[in-house]
Amino acid sequence: MGYLSIENLSISFGGLKAVDNISFSVEKNEIFSIIGPNGSGKTTIFNLISGIYHPNEGAVILEGENLVGKTPDRIAKRGIARTFQNIELFANATVMDNLMLGRHIFMKTGIFGGAFMWGKRSQAAREEILHREKVEQIIDFLELQSVRDQFVGGLAYGKRKLVEVGRALALEPKVMLLDEPSAGMNTEEKDDLTIWIKDIREDYNVTILLIEHDMNMIMGISDRVFAMSQGQKIVLGPPQEVQRHPEVIKAYLGEEGVV
Amino acid sequence: MDMKRAYYEDVELFKSGTILFWTISLMVGLLTIPLLASNYHLYLLNLIMVHIILAVGLNILVGSTGQISLGHAGFFAIGAYATVLLMTKLGLPFFPAIIIAAFISAFFGFILGLPALRLEGPYLTIATLAFGLAIMHIIGHTELFGGRSGLSAPPLDVGIPKLGWSLVLKSDISKYYLILFFTIVMVWGAINILKTKVGRAFVAIRDSDIAAEVIGINLTIYKTLSFAVSAFYAGIAGGLFAFVLGFFDPVTFNMLLSIYFLVMIVVGGLGSVMGSITGAAFITYLMYALFKNVREVPYVGDFLVTISQRWLSITGMDNLSAIALGLVMIGIMLFEPMGIFGAWIRIKKYWKTWPF
Repeated sequence: MGYLSIENLSISFGGLKAVDNISFSVEKNEIFSIIGPNGSGKTTIFNLISGIYHPNEGAVILEGENLVGKTPDRIAKRGIARTFQNIELFANATVMDNLMLGRHIFMKTGIFGGAFMWGKRSQAAREEILHREKVEQIIDFLELQSVRDQFVGGLAYGKRKLVEVGRALALEPKVMLLDEPSAGMNTEEKDDLTIWIKDIREDYNVTILLIEHDMNMIMGISDRVFAMSQGQKIVLGPPQEVQRHPEVIKAYLGEEGVV
Repeated sequence: MDMKRAYYEDVELFKSGTILFWTISLMVGLLTIPLLASNYHLYLLNLIMVHIILAVGLNILVGSTGQISLGHAGFFAIGAYATVLLMTKLGLPFFPAIIIAAFISAFFGFILGLPALRLEGPYLTIATLAFGLAIMHIIGHTELFGGRSGLSAPPLDVGIPKLGWSLVLKSDISKYYLILFFTIVMVWGAINILKTKVGRAFVAIRDSDIAAEVIGINLTIYKTLSFAVSAFYAGIAGGLFAFVLGFFDPVTFNMLLSIYFLVMIVVGGLGSVMGSITGAAFITYLMYALFKNVREVPYVGDFLVTISQRWLSITGMDNLSAIALGLVMIGIMLFEPMGIFGAWIRIKKYWKTWPF
């Protein structure tokens, strides 16, 4: 029984078994990668963990508590933050506001407290200042100062990916689900991202689940890799072992594939 | 330059000395205008301020949260009827009456917010439209609410008459100051709401409800809250509107009014408080004053009115306002989809870097 356990997770859409009886368990502070060809059910697993889909069977257990059946906002409060493959940011808000929204679960100001905010010492203003300080640390960490007050909709793709990582980090999560964070980034940005992901694990004490297609990145940072195809597990193990596994090569390149 | 040194400067109301200066100038202007204006203009200003309160509230729902409402005339009516009835039937003083009325309106807003959890786009529009119509008909068929013959507002006593402390506001000028007070408080509240936790959550729901959920925003709470806040604003506006008009009936709060409210915020600029204010002022002017003013334009005024009566109307009545509104709507959508406020921002940006 690990820190985050996935037990016999299954979901079907119509006749298609998108995730078929998947089990694995992730240790605390591990970087755990999930790989597989397109349509193999990687993102669906993330959607099941974060509560966007409810599984037909199985359990998602974080620190001994089953998360299945909870709504996404409750799961976020339990300590699971995520990013999306196609970037789900708040496009018409600034980078600062996007990151401040990551602090939502820690803030207590209600509608009346907010409406009648008056002066620096009011409860609402003090809370704003406190959380702006926290967000500023994340801005420093991810080197987002230059775009701090810009609208997210106008940023380059790589920057937006980074803002999304920052927003997830602002939730101070126990587990972070990163769905193809390096997609659309150039080599230099990918190298930076690799270092940041390692730093997030070390400095913020976060367990990371990673979906990636960039093999160099996966080999570089993963502790263990979980390979799947068509909703089913192929192999789970250290990166080098998984990379050489004949079933994995077959899934990516077809029957007669030679590397 | 807008160099910031402390985090509080991000949330401050007056971000710079310039803004503070203009705000104070505006306040002084607003306080002295009534001394110069005629009764007719005061009446118009009162209507404008009532519509500003409503538009600011509606913009929180439509512009910031991304939900739509074609039923705001219903909340407006609830505010007006509840305030007057609480005062005449229960003998409450004015201030508690209008606050309670606004909370009643907010409660109905919460109820209407529940279907919004499942409905989107055109379906939600129809649901809110039905709500507005239903309120109009329920009021029209209930004896307690004055039925179709309507209600008269009692004397506007802002004191506590039961304790013998009575202060009746009779003139338009005294009503102006009362409404101005409410407008300032409500606008200030809206600006603050949009800057703090709740307002940010609204914007998050508008831009991506799935992302809003996974960062811990409870959609049920915040969607219904947005409806309730918006209805609260409409309730306050309705309570004041009752005393501006003095007499009203269910037809006052017809569907067309809801559409005009929506036009106000679209023309002004969705999602911005300043946009709601400019839009409400502009559209109210078109609705109530254009006809009178056009007639006074030398040479062409009479001609325009005659044209509109002869050829552009089936009843022979003047309908310049409706025509002008239609043209303004089409023009705004074509040339400045972000509304008047969007145009203002563009002009400001342009001049900031002007010679370059």
